Amino acid sequence: MKEINEEWPIFEVFIRSKNGLEHRHAGSLHAADSTMAMENARDVYTRRQEGVSIWVVESKHITASNPTEAGEMFEPAKDKVYRHPTFYELPIELKHI
Amino acid sequence: MSKEVNLEEQFQARIDAGERIEPKDWMPERYRKTHIRQISQHAHSEVVGMLPEGNWITRAPSLRRKVGLLAKVQDEAGHGLYLYSAAETLGISRDQMEEQLLSGKAKYSSIFNYPTLSWADIGAIGWLVDGAAIINQVMLTRTSYGPYARAMVRICKEESFHQRQGYEIMLGLCQGSREQKEMAQDALNRFWWPSLMMFGPRDHESPNTEQSVRWKIKRKTNDELRQQFVDITVPQADYLGLKMPDPDLKWNEERGHYDFGEINWDEFWQVVKGNGPCNKERIAARQAARDNGEWVREAAIAHAKKKRQSLDKSA
Ligand SMILES: [Fe+2]
Ligand SMILES: [Fe+2]
Repeated sequence: MKEINEEWPIFEVFIRSKNGLEHRHAGSLHAADSTMAMENARDVYTRRQEGVSIWVVESKHITASNPTEAGEMFEPAKDKVYRHPTFYELPIELKHI
Repeated sequence: MSKEVNLEEQFQARIDAGERIEPKDWMPERYRKTHIRQISQHAHSEVVGMLPEGNWITRAPSLRRKVGLLAKVQDEAGHGLYLYSAAETLGISRDQMEEQLLSGKAKYSSIFNYPTLSWADIGAIGWLVDGAAIINQVMLTRTSYGPYARAMVRICKEESFHQRQGYEIMLGLCQGSREQKEMAQDALNRFWWPSLMMFGPRDHESPNTEQSVRWKIKRKTNDELRQQFVDITVPQADYLGLKMPDPDLKWNEERGHYDFGEINWDEFWQVVKGNGPCNKERIAARQAARDNGEWVREAAIAHAKKKRQSLDKSA
């Protein structure tokens, strides 16, 4: 047996459960390439008609935000209350707005 | 040091507030290690658990039983995969986990070290072993580590058919000939106690429980889960007309629970330590699967590389 085995890369799997809905992350799996990843995703994540469409992408191609920087990243949006409809004061007798 | 303590306090505060922990979040090293151990051992249990049942697929008594069992075993492979993926988010590779299983460093549920001697055992496993697993897994859908909890939600959706197919097998046998009913009783006799052992040692002998509860890895103790299982299962055995192999089992009006006899903990620890009836056979089967599949894994990598190269050239 060889000392170092090369592991198959990890893929992330996204599934659209039905038309009209977005693809959602379902999980991940190992595969030699994207063709195999697609086949495995079908067998592992859609055994009970959980989807009508599958995306697979090698995990290394995903750039993720850093949770330790979540503060700086998302905090500024918090004090921009004027991005929400309730910021604007209109008389209550006004309808449909 | 003080920064570390501070981080740990913040971490505990997040857990206490019911927040979920995600892979790239800061976490105490012990939290990470505990999860790697628990999730990988859970994954190994799903995978090794296919062996005793796989033993009967070709000998299932009808096509209906065969497709059911085949689908169940296929699900268990999927469960193993969901869980391996969840463990991998904590920085251990699939190969490392497999290595730990094969070397005996990592354990798996000791129930799978018992043999499946008759077709009734397949019924008993679905009913009792999956039944016990469901109780544990339903609790784990609310565990604090996000990827583990999500894997559990998926798994729980699939498990209920497993238990029903097992119970239907038992029901069929119990409504059949005298020999068939005896077969069902014999399977229950052999699988009842090992099923109770699936919940692990008594609370006072389970030193990790307190920390696990604090971190919301576990939300109920081993003994609480075991009691829950007994209370649910006894009436199901009554319905089958089978007798539980425990002379001390009886309803306790005061507690509102069934009392039951003492588990043979020597047997439990013997099996955990590798001396159960099938420990060697199970690991040998996993080793053979790994060895026999090696050329396939290599060929797939080589093929993928070649395909990439020809794509690069044509681009
Ligand atoms: Fe399972
Ligand atoms: Fe199952």
